[in-house]
Parts: sequence; structure tokens; C-alpha cells
Amino acid sequence: MKTISQLVAGFVAGTYTPTQAVADYLQTIKQRDPEIHAFLATYQAEAVACAEAATAAYAADTYTDQPLLGVPLAIKNNILIKDHVATGASKILEHYTAIYDATIIERLRAAGAIFIGSTNMDEFAMGGSTENSAFGPTQNPHDLSRVPGGSSGGSAAAVAAGMAPAAIGTDTGGSVRQPASYCGLVGHKPTYGAVSRYGLMAMGSSLDQAGPLTHSVADAKLLHDVMSGLDPMDGTTIATDTYPKVLTKATYTFGVPRSFMADGVDPDVLEAFDQHIASLEAAGHTVVDIELPLFEQGLAAYYIVMPAEVSSNLARYDGIRYGHSADGKDLLEVYEQSRAQGLGAEVKRRILLGTHVLSSGYYDAYYGKAEIVRRKMRQELAQAFTTVDLIVMPTAPTPAFKQGEQADPLSMYRQDIFTVPVNLTGVPAISFPMGTVEREGTPLPVGVQYIAPHAGDERLFDAGVKIYDTSLSTK
Amino acid sequence: MKPEAVAHLASLARIQLTEQELDTYGSELSQIVAYVSTVSDIAADEADTAPLVGVRYNVLRPDEVTNAPDQFTADILREMPKTQGRAMAVKKIMQAK
Repeated sequence: MKTISQLVAGFVAGTYTPTQAVADYLQTIKQRDPEIHAFLATYQAEAVACAEAATAAYAADTYTDQPLLGVPLAIKNNILIKDHVATGASKILEHYTAIYDATIIERLRAAGAIFIGSTNMDEFAMGGSTENSAFGPTQNPHDLSRVPGGSSGGSAAAVAAGMAPAAIGTDTGGSVRQPASYCGLVGHKPTYGAVSRYGLMAMGSSLDQAGPLTHSVADAKLLHDVMSGLDPMDGTTIATDTYPKVLTKATYTFGVPRSFMADGVDPDVLEAFDQHIASLEAAGHTVVDIELPLFEQGLAAYYIVMPAEVSSNLARYDGIRYGHSADGKDLLEVYEQSRAQGLGAEVKRRILLGTHVLSSGYYDAYYGKAEIVRRKMRQELAQAFTTVDLIVMPTAPTPAFKQGEQADPLSMYRQDIFTVPVNLTGVPAISFPMGTVEREGTPLPVGVQYIAPHAGDERLFDAGVKIYDTSLSTK
Repeated sequence: MKPEAVAHLASLARIQLTEQELDTYGSELSQIVAYVSTVSDIAADEADTAPLVGVRYNVLRPDEVTNAPDQFTADILREMPKTQGRAMAVKKIMQAK
């Protein structure tokens, strides 16, 4: 399957055109998506028209500074694209049409990207399997009986099945990295504030970041470079000097939090991880064991902070200004019925949990303590980064699980154990394939996660290109 | 968590729940709350409880109108469940005696 870099090289050389590329991807969508269900909508006419314009621009050589000219992208449906339906995979926004572009969409558009369609997801990005979509689940292209991960499962499945060369997802607790792991892709969660959240449906405002799902680390960097940077519409976006500069190096010192990985990790995943560690050492990198005792508390803290922010953010879906509105005898009934009818089971569960942990008398015991855990985790991480350049661990404790296998909410939440500490502390991380494990005769991809200090996205890309992309070219 | 407690949360959250949902969420929330309660084991000193702000705060932009009159009006009205002319129509919240 082609990377963005390969597509663009073909466009520049004139051996392939955006028009052909869009036609080819639309053809693959037609063939494969009925069984995968990665897309909620495709933008066929618009994509073809944009592709023709891009093809003409390449032919006439009339483009400058458009690194993504003619590149088709699939976009998670919680990211607003003007004049397209943005559902967040929720019934409550089933007929909602975005009235403006998200900042990242504006930037991708200016860079020449073509939006080929919107992808399925867990409702409002709440879940790790895409089974919580109000419009039906997405299947994993590697094994259709399994989940693609989530919540950006549609984006991951679209790229893994060759229906788009890359896609954009959002990551609140692992929602880009975990589907990347389950689908054999590269997934990047930027430093909190590196990428504008303007025009993203807010889930956990102190945690959310948008990131790319790609076939190579170089492609992830390309998309990140287009999307990132200060935005006057998002006051949390960071400048280049907000954090101390994080340097790239010829070889890196990796820290492995062994005791954090002692429980609940699938033995086959651990074996693939140990092989990855051996390959790092063989390539001249240094690997040391580190301790991150507070990271074990991370999951509990996350399932306080996130639902608290969810319960506040989702108060806006009230049946009054936009979205589904139920009739009722009075205003209260309009609220209660619109939300009862429009929101799904997991979303309601998290709103109730958030309402509980924020309620009077419980705030200090839950939210207050969770914020303390979060602060101490940041200190622990800063301490670790005085001795290591990067932290490495599996992205998820298991390969992709079967549809319906994780029926109990708490066991589903435990899949996030390695990804949520990254969002809680605001540091960047990248996941890329470290091998496969076999289940019922099918090889399933599993990912490895690298974590860098704040603003260390370049270091992640540098290490990822050296370690992962070079392994691709030798395959 | 008892159904009455879940019903209270649901009323705060403005979501009508069925009897069945009250039962299911009651037992699920009990398990989840028991799990997340492990955060209360962490010791905290005074420095830990000071208000926490992000690295960027009080970021303001000039309070200026950046759009043309009526630039978004029709689009916004189109998304509203009920409208009356250029306005959103809502239920009366005060009743005459």
C-alpha cells in the first residue's frame, strides 16, 4: 500500500495523478467497505472535482507550498468539515451539518489535501472498539470478526484496508494509538497543545488531541507539521518556545517500565516487545529499566478526570440549539427526553459517572485526588526523562479482540492502561507496529509505543523513522 | 449504587432513564466507582493541592467582530430544531397563574 510520500512522488513525476488516486481509493471503498464499514459517508463528487484541480495544478506546475496536494484523507466524524454532516457517531447529531471548518481541516485543505470521506468511531470518541457507534460497528481488516480498536476505529480500518493512504483521528486516552496498534499502522498523539482543538467535538478538554494514522512515521510527521502550531481560536495551543527544546540524537536511551508491564499483558505481546527491545540494542540504542510507580494509578485517575470533563462538555447536547430535539410538556422534559433518545449507553454511563465524581461532597475525594495523581505523574515522568530520552512499552496489552468480547465496561477500560498516562501528563507518544501475534491462524499486528518529553514530537518522529521506516524499506 | 441514587444523578445530568437502566447503571457504576476510588490512597501535602493551571493560561485575543453581518446566520438557523423568523423558538419557562 502506498504512503503519502510515494503518492506525492508519483504526482510530481507525472507517473500517477490525484484523479487516478481518488478513483482508485473510491474503487477500493466500493469493494471493501460493505464488509468493513469504516466510512459513515464518502464525498465522492467533491473529491473527484478536487482531484481534477490538483491534477491540473501538477500538470501546469502551478503549485507552491502544498505538501499534500492531491492526497486523499479520511477524517474522523468528530472533526468539523464545513457543509458536511458531523455526527460524532451519535444519534443526537445524526442530521447536524458543520457550519465551519476545524482549524486542522482548514490547514490540511490549504496544504492541498482532499477529503474522501468521514469515518466511523465510538460515539463521541468514548470507547476502544468502535462498537459504541450509533451507526453500527467497524470490522478489523486483518480479521473481520475482530474490532479495529477505537475510538478512531473507522480511520484506522480505512487506512489498513487501503481505502485511504492516511486518516486523521482524535486521541483522548489512546484513541489514535490503540487502533493503530490493532490495525498495523503508525498513530501519533501530539504534545497537548501542539494541535488546535478548534472544530473538534470536545470530549475531555484537558486531554484531547488530533493525530494522524498512517503507513509510515514520515507520513505522520508530514501531517503533523501541517496541522500543528499556534491557533488564536484555541488558547491552549503552544508556541515553539513554550517548552524547552527536545533534541534529536543519533542513538537514544530508552527506558522500560518493567514493573508497570508485569500484570495483564498478553504473553505473545510481551514476546514481540522483547524482540523489539533486542532490535533496539542491536541498532546501537541503550535500553535501561525504569520505575514509574504512579503510572499504575493513571487509569483510575483517568476514569475520574475524563468523565468529569465529558459530563460538562456534553451538557451542550440539550435539544435546544442544534441536534435531535424531542418534544416534551415543558423545557425539562425536552432536555431529559432529547438526551435519553439521542445519547448511547456508554455516553450516558460516562455522563453519570462524571456527574457523580463532581457532585458536592465527592469532589475532593475523586476529582481533587485525581488531579493530584496527575500532577505527581508529571513529576515522576520529568524525573524519568532526566535519565532516559524516550520511554518504550506496548501500546495495548493485547492484540485486537473479538467483536462483543469485552462486554463489561471495566474490562474494556483496562485496555487503556498504557495509553492514558500519556494524555493525563500531556506528553507526546507514537505507536507503530512491532510485529504480529497469531490468533486462530491469523497474524494480528501489535504496536509499540514511544513516549517523549513535552514538545518532543520531533524526537518521536526521528526515532520512529530510524527504527520503523527503515525496516519498511528493507521488507 | 441504589436506583434512587442513579435517578438523582440522571436528574442532575438531565437524562431520563428507564427502570432497567437505573438497575444496570447502578451495578456498573458501583464497580467503576470502587475501582477509581483507589486514587484516594495517594498521600498529598499542601503543595499538591494548590490550584493547577496549564502551561498556557489567560490567553486572550482582541474582542473584535471577525465575521460579516449575517455570515453564519442562515447556517445556524438551519440547525435549530425550532425557529421563528431570525430567532430560536423555545418553550415558555414561566407560566402565568
